[in-house]
Amino acid sequence: MYTFSNKLKTFSFTLMILGALGVGYGFMTSHLSFDEVETLLAEEAHHGGGHGEEAAHAAPTHDEHTKANTHGETAHASSEDHHVDAHKKHIEHVQHQIANRPWSALYVAAFFFMMIALGVLAFYAIQIASQAGWSPVLFRVMEGITAYLLPGALIVLAIAVASGTIGHYNIFIWMDPELSNPDSPHFDKLIAGKSGWLNIGWFAVRGLIFIAGWSLYRHFARKFSIAQDTAEDNSNFKKSFRIAAAFLVFFIYSESIMSWDWIMSVDPHWFSTLFGWYVFASMFVSGITVIALVTIYLKSKNYLEFVNENHLHDVAKFMFAISIFWTYLWFSQFMLIWYSNIPEEVTYFVTRFQDYQLPFLGMVVMNFVFPLLLLMNADYKRIPWFVVMAGLVILCGHYIDIFNMIMPATVGDRWFIGIPEIASVLLFAGLFIFVVFTALTKAPLLVKGYPFRKESEDFHY
Amino acid sequence: MEASKVIHAIYTDDDVLMSAVKKVKAERFHIEEIYTPFPVHGLDKAMGLAPTRIAITAFIYGLIGLTVATVMMNFIMIEDWPQNIGGKPSFSYIENMPAFVPIMFELTVFFAAHLMVLTFYLRSRMWPFKSAENPDPRTTDDHFLMEIAVNGNEEGLKSLLAETGAVEINLVDKAH
Repeated sequence: MYTFSNKLKTFSFTLMILGALGVGYGFMTSHLSFDEVETLLAEEAHHGGGHGEEAAHAAPTHDEHTKANTHGETAHASSEDHHVDAHKKHIEHVQHQIANRPWSALYVAAFFFMMIALGVLAFYAIQIASQAGWSPVLFRVMEGITAYLLPGALIVLAIAVASGTIGHYNIFIWMDPELSNPDSPHFDKLIAGKSGWLNIGWFAVRGLIFIAGWSLYRHFARKFSIAQDTAEDNSNFKKSFRIAAAFLVFFIYSESIMSWDWIMSVDPHWFSTLFGWYVFASMFVSGITVIALVTIYLKSKNYLEFVNENHLHDVAKFMFAISIFWTYLWFSQFMLIWYSNIPEEVTYFVTRFQDYQLPFLGMVVMNFVFPLLLLMNADYKRIPWFVVMAGLVILCGHYIDIFNMIMPATVGDRWFIGIPEIASVLLFAGLFIFVVFTALTKAPLLVKGYPFRKESEDFHY
Repeated sequence: MEASKVIHAIYTDDDVLMSAVKKVKAERFHIEEIYTPFPVHGLDKAMGLAPTRIAITAFIYGLIGLTVATVMMNFIMIEDWPQNIGGKPSFSYIENMPAFVPIMFELTVFFAAHLMVLTFYLRSRMWPFKSAENPDPRTTDDHFLMEIAVNGNEEGLKSLLAETGAVEINLVDKAH
């Protein structure tokens, strides 16, 4: 049995407290008044313009068009009025972006840790459904990590809903009822057309259905796994096999829809047909990496004596393979949109290349070039510190991946990885460590009665 | 021409073969070759063979493929006859690179795979019209054959092999 060391527990609480303080600070400092933003922009223009001034000017065009129409109707629009109005619009736009930043930072970090747990749950179900022989010695580590799924996913959904109820539509612009109201000057035909799917009520219900499905599978898989430890026959194993297969069918649909809802809808005008797969690749590789990291940590504390470098080798192979799979999907999504160059599609990548060049291209290096070169050699996959180094790069890379999916839509060019972002990561890292390692103490670290246990223990490459 | 003697020990199970290999190695006999109907996992390690270097050649072949693809596409699509596809005139390799990535990837894989197979055949001394070295056709069906050099202690080796579960032990003159 694993005991949660006090040192690690203190560490996780420190992370949570530091994170909470930083998140609080982020929210406190994000409400700038109109004048403050005006001064800020004037200063930036004075200093030769902040990064991506152009994009900030380009963004409010939609509002300006609407306004131009109303002016046309009243037919006495002086150009000066229009100029003042545009200036006011711009400042309000930037003000809103600044207010969005702590919300988005919190949301990105919450989603990142939730998706690790969800990725591990899918990996675990695949191991059971495929009756894999190498991995059962790692099952309890996986079950520990998936314990974070229920709290983590509820937090993500809560932040999303809160941003549209307590907050001022800080993450999902479509949550603003004005946009689908034909009488409003902010009326947006495309969003109004999607409002049958994208409305807070149905969004929340869908989210709860997905979370319920995942958590139910996790609950019963864990239950059968523990029951199998002391069972006389294989009936629990058979049940866990059946529900794993059923869960995987549910998962691939719900994960796809979840990725449209929770991520893609931040850009409600844009869509990509392989977005679900793309997010899946990200969560899968992050989850597998965390399995490796937790395993190496437990091994360094002299637990998991039955796990050896052969198992690590196989986990690292998955890290390598799924990193390449992620790149394949990232590139497929990019290349088709780049080649066809349809304005409403390509705007997604234009923003990223103009305002997010460093994180957008840096993440490809971290998620593809690093794992490709570090983990290609078979011998390196068996060296724990090497896998840890590669794993940390992969995790940072996939955090930035989620960052790049959310931030351009919410804060535009006003992004930075500063206190709100780092504090949010610390907050959820602390919570993740606390929940996962608490769950690890609840059951023996070896699945004693699992039929493939012996095969897994004797597994060698 | 010198004739050396070898013993052919025949087994019918890969697990028995594996433990036999370990015992024979422990007794410091030299195993020249083992013929099996299918690849036996871990046999190379048990025999004490040096690790394969084919992965290194595959990496080099992959790099060659990548280079060939880049040079070829640069010549065809940029230098020789720039084409305007999808409103993207081909004047710069870097700016048009997303379009070439699939080809770069495919040729990397193509070169690595095909040249690796060819290397493997040549390194294993297999080429067209070569007569088979296989000493016993049954090793292509369901038997495993271990070939051990004999240096005087023929009887000791025979009894050791019998102990390890060999179903047949033949002394063979092998002409070099």
